[in-house]
Order: sequence, then C-alpha cells, then structure tokens
Amino acid sequence: MSGWTRHTGTAIALDLESVDTDQLIPARFMSTPRSEGYGQFLLHDLRRDTDGTMRPEVPLNRWPEASVLVTRRNFGSGSSREAAVYALVDFGIRTVIAPSFGDIFASNAVNNGVLPARVAPDLTAEMIARIGAGAVPAEVDLAARTLSVAGLSTGFDLDPVWREKLINGWDDIDLTRAHGTEIAAFRDRLSATRTWAFPAGGTAG
Amino acid sequence: MRTLLDKLWDSHEILRRDNGASLLWVDRHLVHEGSHHAFAKLAERGLNVAEPSLTYGVVDHYAPTRGAPASPAIARMIETLKSNTQSHGIACFGPGDPRQGIVHVVGPEQGLTLPGLLIVCGDSHTSTHGALGALAFGIGATEVAHVLATQTVWQKRPKAMRIVVEGRFAPGVGAKDLALAWIARLGADGARGHAIEYAGAAVRGLSMEGRMTLCNLSIEGGGRFGMIAPDETTIAYVAGRPFAPSGASWERAVESWSALAGDADARFDREMSLEASEIAPIVTWGTSPEDALPITAAVPDPARLSEDKAIHVRDALDYMGLIPGQPLQSVRVDQVFIGSCTNARIEDLRAAAAVLAGRRAKVPGLVSPGSRAVKARAEAEGLDRIFAEAGLDWAGAGCSMCVAMNGDSVAPGRRCASTTNRNFRGRQGRGARTHLMSPAMVAAAAITGHLTDVRPLLEGRDAA
Repeated sequence: MSGWTRHTGTAIALDLESVDTDQLIPARFMSTPRSEGYGQFLLHDLRRDTDGTMRPEVPLNRWPEASVLVTRRNFGSGSSREAAVYALVDFGIRTVIAPSFGDIFASNAVNNGVLPARVAPDLTAEMIARIGAGAVPAEVDLAARTLSVAGLSTGFDLDPVWREKLINGWDDIDLTRAHGTEIAAFRDRLSATRTWAFPAGGTAG
Repeated sequence: MRTLLDKLWDSHEILRRDNGASLLWVDRHLVHEGSHHAFAKLAERGLNVAEPSLTYGVVDHYAPTRGAPASPAIARMIETLKSNTQSHGIACFGPGDPRQGIVHVVGPEQGLTLPGLLIVCGDSHTSTHGALGALAFGIGATEVAHVLATQTVWQKRPKAMRIVVEGRFAPGVGAKDLALAWIARLGADGARGHAIEYAGAAVRGLSMEGRMTLCNLSIEGGGRFGMIAPDETTIAYVAGRPFAPSGASWERAVESWSALAGDADARFDREMSLEASEIAPIVTWGTSPEDALPITAAVPDPARLSEDKAIHVRDALDYMGLIPGQPLQSVRVDQVFIGSCTNARIEDLRAAAAVLAGRRAKVPGLVSPGSRAVKARAEAEGLDRIFAEAGLDWAGAGCSMCVAMNGDSVAPGRRCASTTNRNFRGRQGRGARTHLMSPAMVAAAAITGHLTDVRPLLEGRDAA
C-alpha cells in the first residue's frame, strides 16, 4: 500500500444510514479471488436489478469516476469482511465521509489506504443535499486534516495513528518484525510464567 | 484502579508507540474459510506462520449442513482452508471432525478459549469469547495476515464502558432480549470505540451460554469487544475441557483468573444501567439491530417521527414489507431459523424445544446446531425428535442461514423469524426479510405462524 497526503477527485452521495458490509459486498461474492476485481460487487444489490441490469438512477452507476463517497451514520457496520473495503478500492473510492463508521471497517479501510473521515451529521447532511444525484469536485488534505466537498470546507476526525499510517503507507508486518527481539522476550516470559495460556497438548517452549 | 479491560490489556502489551498504538501478544488465533485472503498475502511475501500451535482452523461459514457442499465454489473454499492450514502445520476442525462447528461455539467448547487470554479471529462476532473473561475481538484480513506472520496485533486501547444489569429476568426473557434492548436504546453505533464490560446480578446469573449470546451481540451495538469478569460459573464451565489446562497448571490458571475482575474503584468512560425485570421479549422490525421493540409494541410510524429518523424508518419498512402502526404480533412469517454463533448452543436448543414440545409448527424451518458436539448432546437429550415432530428440519452444524454462504438462504421477499445476529438487507439472501429474536421467541413464531409473545406459551411449562 502506498501512502498519500492529498487527493483531488469526484464526490457522490449515498443517502443512506447504516450501510453495512453485507450491503457493501453481499456474501455470495466472497469466494471470488481478488485478482478478478471486486469493484463490480460494490453495493451490488443496490446497483442492480434482480436480473442483473444496472439501475441508471444510482449515482455509483452514473459516475464511475467517483473517488469520494459522502454518506450517513454507521457506515461499514457489521461483518469484519475486508472484502467490503476491497470493493470500494477496486471501484476507485479513496475517501468515505460519514458521521460514524463501524470500528472494524474503519481499521480495514486504513489498512488499504482508504480514509474514513468523520464529519458532523449536520455537515454531511448538507453535503448530501448539495450533491443530490450529481457528482461534485472534492479535495482531501490528510496532513491538514481538512476536506472540501461541493463548496463546503471542514476539518475531519481521524485517529492520529491512522492518519500517520495513511500518509506513510506503512506495512505493519515489516514494522512489527523490526521488534522481533521484544516479541521473543515477551513470549519467553509468557512460557515461563503462564504455562496455562498455551493449549494443553500444544508447545509451551 | 484497573478495569478488567486494563488488566487484560496490560498483560498482553509487548510495547506501546508514542502515538498510543499497542503491540499485543495473541494467545489464540482462530481462522476459517474467509481467511484465504490472509494466507494469500502470506504466500505473496514468502512468510511462515509464526505460531502454528496457537492457531486453529475451523470450517464454519461454508460448512454444508445437509450432505455435500452446495456448489464447487463452496467446496473450493473449504478445500482451500484445509490445504492452507495443512501446509502451515495448523490443526483444522473440518467436516467429519467431531470438533467441527461455528468457530465461536467451538473455541469455548474445546477449552481453546480461556479467561485471561487474548483471542482474535477474522470475524466480528469474536467478541463472544469475552464471555469467559478473555480479550477477544474481530479483525480484518490484513490483520489476520499480520497475526499469522507475527502472533501479534496492533491496536489502540478502546475506551471502557460498563453495562450494569440488576434484578432478575422474567420467564421467557434472557440474554438475547437484554442485548437487543440496550442496542435499541443506544443505537447500532452506540458503543463505537468502546470495550463493553457487562456486570450486575442479572449478568452474573446468566449461564455461560447466555453470557456468550450477550457478548456476541456487542458488535451489533458498535462494540468490538464485550467481556464479563470470570467467576465460579466460568471456572466450572472451563474445567475438564479438551484443551484446558489441568493439574498444577489448572491451579495456577484459576489463581490468575481470580485476580482478573476489575478493581472496585475502577473508573469507566461510560456507564449504562438496566433493570432485568423491565425487559420484555424483543423482536426487530427493521434492517438494523437497533430497530428493535418489545413484542407487545407496534411497527413505528414514520409520520410520527422527526424527518431525520423517518427517512431510515420508511426505507426499512419498505424493504421489510410492513405497515406503519401494525401490531408486531400480527406480522406473519414464512419460515424460521434456529442457529448461528449467537443462539445455537445447547441451552438455546433446549429453550426452543421447551416451547415446541408436543406442538406443530405452522411454517417450515431449519435448526442448525452450533457445533457437532452440540448436535450430539441435543440428540442424546432427544431434542432433535422434538424439532422433527414439530415439523422443523434438523441439520448439520455451521453458520448456515445466518450468513447464507453455504447455500442455506431465505428466498427474496420471504420473511424469517431468526435467532441470528443481523437483520441487514440481504443478509440471509437477496431480498430476504429477517426478524431477530431469542430461540424461545422463534419457536413461538413457528407454532403460530406470526411474531408471537412466547410468555403465554410457556405457562405450565419449564422455560428451560
């Protein structure tokens, strides 16, 4: 994952609350290898009729260039499926703006370079009203923690750990492996003092 | 001055960065078929699994409940987990293994889940294991790959929240109703950013099965963590389980677990209290777990709500095919489902069977026990015959119709009374309409063919 600090793109609105990860990607598509691209599955049942026809009135279908999504509270609630974020990323979404996010979704988003920007409900409602069914220019500045959509500029809430990670594009595995000595020492202490914490029949040493 | 959360956190913290992120040691890592993305990431980088003996594979999301897998794609998901675990030297409870079942039922049942442990799994209902006094939480695929490679996880300490429930539940009311009651009050994102500790006499009075139901549903209220301090009930539950410690190791474990309860003067960032006797059987009417009301209530009327709230209610009622103001008890159901990591343990099956015994269901239904061990126990108790005589299908163990990945699904437009955890749009199948409730309430709906208050049906019976 590569880091980023500024994004200039196109925002659309998703005027729904509690868009859960089952809606972001229905379970039946999750046995597909990622290499096939998950963008086609993003909000599949909202975007398509039961016979598979694309619904032309859905903004995601009208504006495939969209990179910023403005929506209502509790976005990404539910299942921990990271495939929900893969669907957003493969579609081209880089930032989601909402009053609140599911905790696991937000963490998964950051791990894939997607910004979950928390903005007060009255402001997101105003953005959604201004965007309507259209598409508008959007700018996001991670370093300054500000964004601008449809002429509305505001700061946004983001955990500083996550901001650092999005900007640096860090790979946690490499970061963690640099702490190998501390991890080994911790494990040694555990196996000496908490033998019960290792499964019976497993290896405690 | 430390909470249960603090004690669990501190004993697993390897180091903390200046920005507040902790590197935590993982005692148990549970993987299922959905972990294929993480194993692929590992393979891409040529990395090994750091601690195969602390990692366990369980086939559940795609597990067939009636014979062979429903499609080649489903069979492939199971095969992929088997080959990934095998090539990394990880034990896997696959189809045919008597220990197979839903990962959150199997962990506690096999003694893999213990008080004081840190447990992660690529599944949001991992909060279930917190019922034993463990620090347990769901993670995404990137984190699963990280745990496989390092046996550690980065996490920022959540805020501490306590839900205190005093008093006693009325007959026919229990953990599921309690969970839906607090989620309805605080909202589906009400506990966001918090770890929830459940406490109070009503919580201490719950069996381990009930505690697991309560902690399981934490995520439906936005809490990634749910937990209950271990006590005599916990220790009695864990004793003698296959992977639990024994002998001198057991003695040391019990000593350590007894010190886990939060200090009397520990402070919480947020507190909520409820009175158990005031909680009625609860059902959901909408498309979010917060859309929940007592069974005696009526479907909300958007015309009587602020425009802010009315938008969601209108959308939800449109999807659910309900009329504003309609009494909940008049809502007809097409089928029922008893199963899932929320409510498919032995006590759940007993509660449903207590209502169904000697009665016939008016609608078809599926009963999927939480594990093969639960299935065997239920059959030994004759519960399978009660379900069969009532006209319900007794199937194999797995996630089944809760998540509709294995081919068990609800057809478009059909309405299902379900013991599961999510009434999301399309969760049980595209266009499926889900009403969440307890196993006893699902049994009541099966008998009458509509949403029903189970309490009168329990008169003269033992509520199990």
